[in-house]
Amino acid sequence: MSRADAAVAGEERAPSPRRSLLWSLGILRSELTTTLRRWRTLALLGVLAAVPVLIGIAVRIETGHGSSPGPDGGGGGPAFLSQVTNNGLFLVFAALAVTLPVFLPMAVGVVAGDSVAGEASAGTLRYLLVAPAGRTRLLLTKYASVLVFCLVATLVVALSALAVGALLFPLGEVTTISGTRIGFGEGLLRAGLIAVVVAASLTGFAAIGLFVSTLTGSGIAAMAATVGLLITVQIMDGIPQLSALRPYLFPHYWMSYADLLRAPVYWDEVVRNLGLQGVYAAVFGSAAWARFTTKDITA
Amino acid sequence: MTESGTAAGPAPVTEPGAVIETRGLTKRYRGGQLAVDGLDLGVPAGSVFGFLGPNGSGKTTTIRMLMGLIDPTSGTARILGHPMPGAARTVLPQVGALIEGPAPYGFLSGRDNLLRYDSADPTADPRTRRARVGQALDRVGLAAAAGKKARAYSLGMKQRLGLAAALLQPRRLLVLDEPTNGLDPQGMREIRTLVRELAADGTTVFLSSHLLDEIEQVCTHAAVMARGRLITQGPVAELAAGARGRLAVTTPDPGDAARILGGLGVTGIEVDGDRVSAEAPPGDVELADLSAALVHAGVRLRSFGVQRASLEDAFVALTGEGFDVAG
Repeated sequence: MSRADAAVAGEERAPSPRRSLLWSLGILRSELTTTLRRWRTLALLGVLAAVPVLIGIAVRIETGHGSSPGPDGGGGGPAFLSQVTNNGLFLVFAALAVTLPVFLPMAVGVVAGDSVAGEASAGTLRYLLVAPAGRTRLLLTKYASVLVFCLVATLVVALSALAVGALLFPLGEVTTISGTRIGFGEGLLRAGLIAVVVAASLTGFAAIGLFVSTLTGSGIAAMAATVGLLITVQIMDGIPQLSALRPYLFPHYWMSYADLLRAPVYWDEVVRNLGLQGVYAAVFGSAAWARFTTKDITA
Repeated sequence: MTESGTAAGPAPVTEPGAVIETRGLTKRYRGGQLAVDGLDLGVPAGSVFGFLGPNGSGKTTTIRMLMGLIDPTSGTARILGHPMPGAARTVLPQVGALIEGPAPYGFLSGRDNLLRYDSADPTADPRTRRARVGQALDRVGLAAAAGKKARAYSLGMKQRLGLAAALLQPRRLLVLDEPTNGLDPQGMREIRTLVRELAADGTTVFLSSHLLDEIEQVCTHAAVMARGRLITQGPVAELAAGARGRLAVTTPDPGDAARILGGLGVTGIEVDGDRVSAEAPPGDVELADLSAALVHAGVRLRSFGVQRASLEDAFVALTGEGFDVAG
């Protein structure tokens, strides 16, 4: 009898982990579709997609006058810009170099800053919590969906750049920063890897945005504070007198993704960047959790 | 003067079937403001429980503590026998709630709003989600507008949507904060019918309202709060019985009527147009004698009778103040 009981209990227990995983994915899917269906999100992605188009057209017009824009990367423009005319694939790298300092993190800051605070100011947070979504589960869902947004935003830039590059410029073998040449297929792979690394570069900042979002009941205030923080830190990272501090600032190694275009790939700074993002995500993620799980929801 | 005994009485009677039970539940906000002060609430299973009080009396803070949205400063709350907020994951799937008005996502349709709230519930089966959402929309009469963006809903439609969210699953307890707010009279009647239906199915309904007659029409039990304290709780009939009814006379000769009633020892006489009202005479006075005396004196009567005490009379008797005084 006891064995029968155990069997029954086992049978009952068996589907539950799969179930709870499936049902947790349900809230994540709901979160993602809710985020991605907002006009605001689509507008942000639209702006990001427009940046490579503008760069591509500008470069095309410039070279249309017969002169290449600054031979051998001169002229002091964004990285990789000079190579775009030779190989459209370089528009991907150039577009990421242009959007990574401001546009991409700003979009992430808006989505992350609004994630909890926006629900609080709309009043929907209380209904999610009594559903009951569970505070930890809801916060994890929010962070996961912001991370997905980081990847989506980066891919939008990269794919738009690839499309524009292929349309306006020739494609072909890629000359690495080290001077060696790699095939177009491998160049494409490297571009994909770079997009993923760029998206991962934003995870630390996304955690900061999430934390800020748990501090206030106003979505606008959280978005403004997060983006303001980004600009402050970017300025600090540009001040040489703060050199002792700079290696610990989250955007400090952002541009290291260019090292993935070396042959052989130079990993040091990329790894340091990812490690730093991990630390930021852990610290601010924990802070957000501590705050959100103990907070009185009065909105 | 009448029922103060029940208010200050010992611990409330909390049967084993109490669905909501609080002990010394207290909330002091960070500013030092005492929103809820030592609340001992007992909501019996199967009741429709009216939660009354003026604005700012601590009703919503209490509801938020019950739902685990706010941590109490001290005291405990148990819902369906489990402590809150500790057992929120077990308790809340069995509780449907409408708290401080509806809050839909304006950019989602009514149906998508419900799908989202349902997917936030870890116990809700995704396979039956669409069907349950459809049933909930039907039940509150919103099926025709389900595809419209919630931004375009009127307040009454949003209120219905909020109710639908509370009805996505079979619930053992419904906590409804001002459920008829913003509804037209027809909508109010529908909601009352719905509440009665749900109660008949065995769901306990905890209903906060500032509309006394609404509580009187729907509720079996009620509690009255003022300035964060519980003044009284119990069956509605008992609460209303605590206050005496009023004698009401309609006559074209109000002056004479008031004079004669006063001569017969009736107190608290008020004249308003052709209406004369007074405190109901004590039980040993035969009402028919009063009307006969009036008629003999040549007072023409249009109507004569004692109006049953309302909950509003009880409330005024308990608090010594009007209902709409903010705490």
